[in-house]
Amino acid sequence: MDGDIRQNTYDDGSRDATDGEQKIRNFNINFGPQHPAAHGVLRMVLELDGEIVERADPHIGLLHRGTEKLMENRTYLQNLPYLDRLDYVAPMNQEHAWCLAIERLAGVEIPRRASLIRVLYSEIGRVLNHLLNTTTGAMDVGALTPPLWGFEEREKLMIFYERACGARLHSAYFRPGGVHQDLPPELLDDIEEWADHFPKVLDDIHYLLSDNRIFKQRTVDIGLINEQEALDWGFSGVMVRGSGMAWDLRRSQPYECYNEFDFQIPVGTNGDCFDRYMCRMQEMYESTKIIKQAIAKLREPENQGDVLARGKLTPPKRGDMKTSMEALIHHFKLYTEGFKLPEGEVYAAVEAPKGEFGVYLYSDGSNKPYRAKLRAPGYLHLQAMDYMAKGHQLADVSAIIATMDIVFGEVDR
Amino acid sequence: MSEALKELAATIELKRPDDVLSTEVAFGELTVRVTPTGIVDFVDFLKTDGACKFSTLVDITAVDHPTRDQRFDVVYHFLSMYQNHRIRVVAAVREDETIASILPVHPSAGWFEREVFDMFGIIFTGHPDLRRLLTDYGFRGHPLRKDFPATGYTEVRYDEELKRVVYEPVSLVQEYRQFDNLSPWEGAKYILPGDEKGA
Repeated sequence: MDGDIRQNTYDDGSRDATDGEQKIRNFNINFGPQHPAAHGVLRMVLELDGEIVERADPHIGLLHRGTEKLMENRTYLQNLPYLDRLDYVAPMNQEHAWCLAIERLAGVEIPRRASLIRVLYSEIGRVLNHLLNTTTGAMDVGALTPPLWGFEEREKLMIFYERACGARLHSAYFRPGGVHQDLPPELLDDIEEWADHFPKVLDDIHYLLSDNRIFKQRTVDIGLINEQEALDWGFSGVMVRGSGMAWDLRRSQPYECYNEFDFQIPVGTNGDCFDRYMCRMQEMYESTKIIKQAIAKLREPENQGDVLARGKLTPPKRGDMKTSMEALIHHFKLYTEGFKLPEGEVYAAVEAPKGEFGVYLYSDGSNKPYRAKLRAPGYLHLQAMDYMAKGHQLADVSAIIATMDIVFGEVDR
Repeated sequence: MSEALKELAATIELKRPDDVLSTEVAFGELTVRVTPTGIVDFVDFLKTDGACKFSTLVDITAVDHPTRDQRFDVVYHFLSMYQNHRIRVVAAVREDETIASILPVHPSAGWFEREVFDMFGIIFTGHPDLRRLLTDYGFRGHPLRKDFPATGYTEVRYDEELKRVVYEPVSLVQEYRQFDNLSPWEGAKYILPGDEKGA
């Protein structure tokens, strides 16, 4: 507790010398809520013994917007854009989980082209996220150049977002039943050109960081997590892969058409911040490979066609609405009343860049979710902050926050 | 997939007949309803049993059914990275009942239980630090209960004269716009304007 007078005992049996006059106590500081290394609005109460962290108590909820309560009052389609606002670093990956949950409840099979587009944009989202995380993580431990280089590539990717759906961040592009619009062929060409050149940028960032003495001193053997600890604390994504478990939902519980793609799952050995950094870097190379494969598949003649499973979940074609009264009524009812889902409960998870992002949907058969729970990976990672930071120095706290890949949009919801 | 889940359900039911109320495989997912009293033992069984090996706690949440006698469903999701399967465990509790914390079995339950306490007011016995998590310091009420209005009760603004943030009761300049747009032929439970005489 703050204010308690302590007297430490050391390994050799000696104790803190006291002459009865000086009083030694632990020091409490507030880390955040406005701290650039807190990756958002994290208030963390740190109890310090000198420079050593004795206890870390994260206070979250400063960005709590009541998303789950709002969702109960809106139709399934109206709720979709809320998913973008969770992990705003890789928005489409969240939408994906929402769409998968709805499609599983409704029993809708989406067209193959839509499935490929979803894979393509999920992987772009993964690169967006890892670029931000690895480079700003480097900034947290003192390197200023990597984020500048990383953001240049992020900018290009956001333009691909914009060209697909009109928005750079809050895209609302994945819809229940497919994706909103088809991609123009020129966009595919440009993404491919980007994918050809991107590994060189990654090599440059590697060259800057991976053998950098200061970066290694700040990340190697920091925030060690072994296999059992990763399981106990419910970690997912890179946080388990960095500890040596090859667990990736894209491979182990394939959704969409990920089982057709050829990619590797990078795995760390030591489970420290540096291994997780390396995993993320390697995953970007793998994502680039998937992006290229997806583009090649999207160009094949048998993968052309509609991008929405036409039915109750999706709007009719624009052309039909000009000629068919039923189509017009359907369009109107879809965007006012929305669609109804059968009663039941479902949990759909995707391998979001940060880990397992899941949506638990409880439907009572109406046009709104009776209860929607969003399971964010960062929530569990941040929960283990006290466990991971204990015994580390104060300066390592920012390295640990960076390696956990915390974004408060999804932690606070 | 669902065949394997049915087998798993049968195994669990056989080994823990006292805890399991019912099992169901729907939408390719296994749901097990259990009694809330034995939840810690049951979760520990799921974690250690060779056929289950549910080593990871994925999520804890709750669903509010205000009309039901047992008002809340506490919903647990588990994942086995070894067996590659998932399970959903549902325990129904009354409003005045508590449920035991599964913190001794899964350390990661800490924040989930705090959140469920915060949002629904369900008390987890044995939890060492059951504080509010997501809501504001000094918040009152449990927002995800169905009887809590979406607008809330208090609002916050910065007062220029007092030079500090003040809390005030919510004042809406217009009525909260809540349209359900349900088809008047199916689903809508309200009387359409103008139809009052006919009803």
